[in-house]
Amino acid sequence: MTEIIQLLMQIYVFVLAVFVGFELITKVPPTLHTPLMSGSNAISGITVIGALISAGLEEFTVTTILGMIALIFAQINVVGGFLVTDRMLKMFKNK
Amino acid sequence: MEILSYIVYLCASVLFILGIKKLGSPKTARKGNFLSSLGMLIAIVITLFDKHILSYEYIIVGLLTGSVIGVVFALKVPMTGMPQMVGLLNGFGGGASVLVALAEYYKFLNDNSLNITSTISIVISVFIGAVTFTGSLVAFGKLQGIVTGKVVKYPLQHPLNLLLIVSVLAGGVYFTLNSGMPELIIAIAAVSLLLGVFLVLPIGGADMPVAVSLLNSYSGLAASATGFVINNNMLIIAGALVGASGIILTLIMCKGMNRSLMNVVLGGWADAGSSSSGVGQSSIKGEVKSVDAEEAAMLFDAASNVVIVPGYGMAVAQAQHAIRDLMNVLEGRNINVRFAIHPVAGRMPGHMNVLLAEANVPYDKLYALEDINDDFNNVDIVLVIGANDVVNPAARHDKNSPIFGMPILNVDYAKTVIINKRSMNPGYAGIENELFYGNNSLMYFGDAKEAVAKLVQEIKTL
Repeated sequence: MTEIIQLLMQIYVFVLAVFVGFELITKVPPTLHTPLMSGSNAISGITVIGALISAGLEEFTVTTILGMIALIFAQINVVGGFLVTDRMLKMFKNK
Repeated sequence: MEILSYIVYLCASVLFILGIKKLGSPKTARKGNFLSSLGMLIAIVITLFDKHILSYEYIIVGLLTGSVIGVVFALKVPMTGMPQMVGLLNGFGGGASVLVALAEYYKFLNDNSLNITSTISIVISVFIGAVTFTGSLVAFGKLQGIVTGKVVKYPLQHPLNLLLIVSVLAGGVYFTLNSGMPELIIAIAAVSLLLGVFLVLPIGGADMPVAVSLLNSYSGLAASATGFVINNNMLIIAGALVGASGIILTLIMCKGMNRSLMNVVLGGWADAGSSSSGVGQSSIKGEVKSVDAEEAAMLFDAASNVVIVPGYGMAVAQAQHAIRDLMNVLEGRNINVRFAIHPVAGRMPGHMNVLLAEANVPYDKLYALEDINDDFNNVDIVLVIGANDVVNPAARHDKNSPIFGMPILNVDYAKTVIINKRSMNPGYAGIENELFYGNNSLMYFGDAKEAVAKLVQEIKTL
């Protein structure tokens, strides 16, 4: 029962966050659509948190090895995503 | 410590929201991206102190390897390679979600602590993550030219995909009830990986803006699903924001082509294009007039109001710098120059804007379709560079045209339209463009970069 309630609370959070996302993103002008995509992409690398916990288990198991590969993937996503977005945004200039 | 980490996760979630909010204006966008990355940093740092983390060797190896690869990717990629870069990074995010879900599964299995909600979350995370992973890799391959950018048809396409989806669903339900079977979740992952390939393979090059946006959305949803697996609200929030962002971009792209999402995903346009192109050809009347650099230069010299319409051809020819030179030389003669950007020009949302920004064209000269379309009557010259279907007037009036109803830039309303193209070959949709036969249309043949550079030279001599 407690698991179900926990799941429902998580769904609450998810639904509300989707609405916040819709509100924010409809205001982004077309000029910034590519940086929006690469920047939000970097945010989706938040999976790195899960990867850290898996990779940091005490003993070496399937979980740690999967966690480490996940960590590499997620970190590429995070670092590459934020940097490339910054590179693009640096170029956007007004007269 | 645990309480502190929850507080930091909350701060990180707020920073992500503020970061995306600041992406709403070019003036604050860079700061917004910084805030998001700050959120990510504090989240990572506090997690390193998590009580479950006891060994740091793999973490250090993973963090360093990933960071180095990420930095190299980000600094090496040329601006023209941005669509495939975004695709590739998306794929890594999806891949990470699959791996974390599997890692957690094995941990739960070891501790004997699997329950129904975590099992469901694991299945969803594996499924979305795997589809994102291979789908993004195929999209990357297509944009990079490793995999054909054409619409790929294979036998029993739709039944096959349906079969794969149904088997993932059935497998997922069975696994939820029998979660002690690692082979089953591996099989679900394998089928999902296959599905990612099959779903993206048929999508043609010009439909890539939709595919890339949709995969962007999936990568967010995958991250959210991982949040359900590890019971972390920050992941759920961050993933949901990205999921929403991808969906909105997808819908904007679909609207820009006047097509439904299903139609794009199933590759319907190419069908329509090939079947009715014959009809299109015969119905076009008029002759094609062409112009050389010298004549075009004289036309520009006499103009006072010019609009440039770039398309994917500009990206292919890397003509953005030559176009910037053209803008400068025209403005030097007190000619007003603006750019009209169609929502689906290029291979990803905002593709043209990034390339023109790279060439130092100020963003306030770039106009979206709805902001400039009523003004073409007052324009002396429209220069179309490497765009085709998005300026085809048939979309307005020819009910038989496959692109009928698609919003187009009304360039034919201008006094003169100069169209730079390499040849008379039809565009992506495989349809003839009646714009080329218009009374006020002039074709200016040649490679975009060379042709524009030549034009600049000619204008300078006047």
